[in-house]
Amino acid sequence: MSKDEHREGIKGMANPTRYGIERVAYWLMRLSGLGLLAYFVGHIYETSNILRGQVGWNEFLELTQTTEGHLVLAIVIAMCVFHTVNGIRVMLGHGGIGVGKPARPDYPYEPASQNYRHKIGIYSAILLAAIAMMYGLAVMFGE
Amino acid sequence: MAQVSSISNEQTSPTSKLITLRISRFNPEHDESSGFMEFSVSYEKWTTVLEAILDVKKHHDHSVGVRYSCRQATCGSCGMIINGKPRLACFTKISELNSDVVTVEPMNNFPIIRDLAVKFEKLFDTHQKIKPYLIRDDTEIESNEKEFLQSPEEVEQYIQFANCIKCGLCNSACPTMATDSSFVGPQALAQAYRYVADSRDKGKDSRLKIIDDSHGIWRCHFAGSCSQVCPKGVDPAMGIQLLRGYMLGFRS
Amino acid sequence: MRESTIMKIHYGTALAAVALVAVHILMRLTQGFAESLEYENVLANYKFIPYAAMLELILILLSVHGFNGLRVILLELKQGRIYEKAVSYGCLAAMIGLIAYGSRTIIMTNMGMV
Repeated sequence: MSKDEHREGIKGMANPTRYGIERVAYWLMRLSGLGLLAYFVGHIYETSNILRGQVGWNEFLELTQTTEGHLVLAIVIAMCVFHTVNGIRVMLGHGGIGVGKPARPDYPYEPASQNYRHKIGIYSAILLAAIAMMYGLAVMFGE
Repeated sequence: MAQVSSISNEQTSPTSKLITLRISRFNPEHDESSGFMEFSVSYEKWTTVLEAILDVKKHHDHSVGVRYSCRQATCGSCGMIINGKPRLACFTKISELNSDVVTVEPMNNFPIIRDLAVKFEKLFDTHQKIKPYLIRDDTEIESNEKEFLQSPEEVEQYIQFANCIKCGLCNSACPTMATDSSFVGPQALAQAYRYVADSRDKGKDSRLKIIDDSHGIWRCHFAGSCSQVCPKGVDPAMGIQLLRGYMLGFRS
Repeated sequence: MRESTIMKIHYGTALAAVALVAVHILMRLTQGFAESLEYENVLANYKFIPYAAMLELILILLSVHGFNGLRVILLELKQGRIYEKAVSYGCLAAMIGLIAYGSRTIIMTNMGMV
């Protein structure tokens, strides 16, 4: 990307303000995806400790079954639920489902694709992620 | 480069108010980086941002670079970033911005010619790339009917997307365009849908093939910023998703 | 491979993974979270072939989906022939590497080579 192209760059791409909840969802989707991939790689490494036998497994478990470990897992649960629910919304949208029908536009030109169905989908994803995170915390710290 | 100038306007009416107009100044041939010049401008309820810029050009600094033509949101020339969002300067009233400071900058994701004027070559190239014309083997001259009839319902399928004035605001707002210089962009993709959805057109397969590459339609993530800034109600996000519906088998 | 084919795989792996990961998490919760992580229980899970097969499937699905997602993000961040090839092949290699590493754990534990 050359400087004279005057592109907004990562800062502009990642800025979730200015364009409403849809742009926030885009940003959260990306962030949660990267977070989940990092967790997934870590999880594969974490579970490979089973090959070290009972002592190795328990040693590693002690490292992860801490307050910090539980908090990280709670965030992972939230990311997982948001990414799933919002992912289904986006996937339906990508298929042209729920994006409205083409029609002659009238002033003030409210875009039909940015409709309440998708907004409800986004808010539901955030709400469900929060609930799942709290449930996860209750399960992990309740025991 | 900051400078504050007050424009003495003899015709100022008692209803007029004052705002500070911050204009981004940058000449790629001379300047290392951009800066802002500030002007105090009087405005009425109906004054547009373009009128305020032209006021500055007329009364204070004629060297401000700005592109405009029709002044009625038809030519698509005066797209710029106004208070952080891409808008048409001729279509944005200062009074509706609810701010004492109006900052105008050149559109993002377009190379700057000077100050507020940007290059449109890339937009026109990608627009041309998706074949923005009817494709079919026969022609009106050879056809017995001499015209390709359409029902009102068939027209409704694409007429919204034919409203595009190629102002580039959608490309400026798109998060993918912010980093991906090879992306086709929402403007061209919406126009691809405009022709694919036209019952007279037979070029669907060739257009879908063009946009089915690593910087094509799949780099749209339905953030919808393009639709939110479109001044003509084209709703590019809808067109792109409907177009993708063909590729995913949801539409035929 | 055409981008549309890759993205169809991306969507397909996502949907399949959602269903299987849900089963995986439910298994943790039905056993009790802390108990399910005890060495004997984890070992028993790995030795139960249908469960081990499911873990293997989750591993493949999430690796494909995750690394393709990473490829998409990286392709959008920077452009250029060499960079794009490096990203595509790099993600493919990382995907294969992770699947191989995870499969090693599943297969060896399942076969009692612990």
